[in-house]
Amino acid sequence: MAQITLIEAVTQALAYEMKHDDSVVVLGEDVGLNGGVFRATQGLQEKFGELRVLDTPLDETTIAGVTVGLAVQGMKPVAEAQFEGFIYPMMEQIACHAARMRSRTRGRLTVPAVFRAPWGGGIRAPEHHSEANEHLFTNIPGLRVVMPSSPARAYGLLLAAIRDPDPVMFFEPKRIYRQYKEEVPDDGEALPLDVCFVLRDGTDVTLVTWGAQVKETLEAADALAAEGISAEVIDVATLTPLDFDTIAESVQKTGRCVIVHEAPRTAGFGAEIAARVAEECLYDLLAPVERVTGFDTHIPLFRLEMKYLPSVERVVDAARRTLAAS
Amino acid sequence: MTIAAKFEIEYLQYLDAEGKQVRDDLPEFAKDLDHMVELYKLMLSTRVFDAKSIALQRTGKLGTYASCLGHEAAHVGIGSAMKPEDVLAVSYREYGAQLYRGVRPREVYMYWGGDERGNDYQQEPARHDFAWSVPIATQCLHAAGSALAFKIRGEKRVAVCTIGDGGSSKGDFYGAINIAGAQNLPLVAVIVNNQWAISVPRKIQSGAPTLAQKGIAAGLYCIQVDGNDIIAVRKAMEDALDRARNGKGGSVIEAVTYRLGDHTTADDARRYRGEAEVKEGWAKEPMKRLRNWLVAKKAWDDARELAWKAECDEWMDNEVNAYLETRTQPVSAMFDYIFAEIPADLAKQRDHVLSLENKAH
Repeated sequence: MAQITLIEAVTQALAYEMKHDDSVVVLGEDVGLNGGVFRATQGLQEKFGELRVLDTPLDETTIAGVTVGLAVQGMKPVAEAQFEGFIYPMMEQIACHAARMRSRTRGRLTVPAVFRAPWGGGIRAPEHHSEANEHLFTNIPGLRVVMPSSPARAYGLLLAAIRDPDPVMFFEPKRIYRQYKEEVPDDGEALPLDVCFVLRDGTDVTLVTWGAQVKETLEAADALAAEGISAEVIDVATLTPLDFDTIAESVQKTGRCVIVHEAPRTAGFGAEIAARVAEECLYDLLAPVERVTGFDTHIPLFRLEMKYLPSVERVVDAARRTLAAS
Repeated sequence: MTIAAKFEIEYLQYLDAEGKQVRDDLPEFAKDLDHMVELYKLMLSTRVFDAKSIALQRTGKLGTYASCLGHEAAHVGIGSAMKPEDVLAVSYREYGAQLYRGVRPREVYMYWGGDERGNDYQQEPARHDFAWSVPIATQCLHAAGSALAFKIRGEKRVAVCTIGDGGSSKGDFYGAINIAGAQNLPLVAVIVNNQWAISVPRKIQSGAPTLAQKGIAAGLYCIQVDGNDIIAVRKAMEDALDRARNGKGGSVIEAVTYRLGDHTTADDARRYRGEAEVKEGWAKEPMKRLRNWLVAKKAWDDARELAWKAECDEWMDNEVNAYLETRTQPVSAMFDYIFAEIPADLAKQRDHVLSLENKAH
């Protein structure tokens, strides 16, 4: 069985679902012959034709609005925003229509669509190509917000996202698009959209993260293990609707919680998790909740961007502080 | 000098403001006087419906309401030209088109009366049409996406969107007609130019002499019609629908009309436009000309007018009663349609609210 990268897993999932469901269509800028700027849709137009793998005019609003129309007519569109920094013109269509069509019409019309976007920093890209803005979507009712952090989870979660009867934001951490390969059987098996993934069991501290930061967080867990600290690592791959039970169970066990994310700190999705920990696990806590996040600044251009992104050291420091507290 | 491309915009009118026929080449549908009477009757019932809506709002039985007074020819012309299998994506005042396609007045009252169930149109073909779309021009892209779905599936259906003169300034409108041209989509975009976007007049929206010509930039078939002349609106719609249905691409129709009422019941148009202009608008309004034309052809008279008005009054009273008798949705309804299946996390919020409700009772 072939070993594939995260981006190849995205392609594999798209190809599988397009082959098995005629209503699945892919649309976006450069998704056709070029296969997308990251090659997520490579080879799909050759297999499925120019209508099902559609190069749109260069207008994100058009992509999003047409996606809503396609979905209401019973198609299953998978729209691509070329970068998450270009997703802002899509937001009116996503927030005002994709996310609320079912509610507005009391279930008469629905939008089974996926909005994919390469997400996050760390690839030395130009301005607007490195944003982490998932928190702008987690506050919109009616949307699922999903972010895979491994090839296998990219495959299984994207299949689930396409099959879901409601709109899904599917953010792909581009920094780890080609970080490593793993075996991903092309068996069409979807993963659930409503559970967090416990990547590593531990007893002393819970490290909660998602997206590209899973890499640094797992490395931090290794470093902590060398110090005799046992860290549990949770990948919140399905941000909303949130599976808080998995996080609560872990924090009740460890009594310590460190939340790691790339997006700005204030009102980032970590704030929601911290609030829920305070509401539901306060008496289990042995130390204040720590957040290791991007800063309340714009992600700098790439000479400085690694200073912005949460590092292994910052995660380890935060975990150590929670242990020093009690 | 070499000319790279040259364009012109045709203007279509059959009936002038007094109902005098200004062209001899009546389209087929207009030669069928029984059908023209049906169209007139729906225009009249739309007007009766509209007056009833405003009365409901003024007596506190409806929230803010967007009137369609003066748009009857444009709206009924659009709705009556479409086939049942086509799809309509409106903004929020195109009741004449929607009533034709089976939206019931009680559903309009429910929506403006603060109840989402008004968007759950029960009758076909309206049942597969889009619901009211308040964010300006966004519905144009839903129609374009629908047209793309029809093209992908090889269905001979057309998506129709309506938009105002102000809405034609927005990117979503340009995006919709642009992709319709690029992909040869079966899309008909109708700009119902009623001269006013709340308080902002048509001339401030665009320096283009016609709004129809915006479609030329997108490579679409374009025409401007007298939007108060239902024969002109209906003819332009039929031509555009026929082109779209047969793979000849999309169209932009500009129906020039006048908003005789306020923007909504929350607006006071006296703040920004003069009486003389409104008086001129009334002189050109769409009912009178069609009535004069039908009366001259002995297809309509005062007695029939009174009888039909009475029928409309009864119809609307029934609809109003049905609306007023509707019980408010249970509080759980706000949670029940967010996702196909309620997620566990959201179910907790719903259960909390329900427990508060139970305590209150």
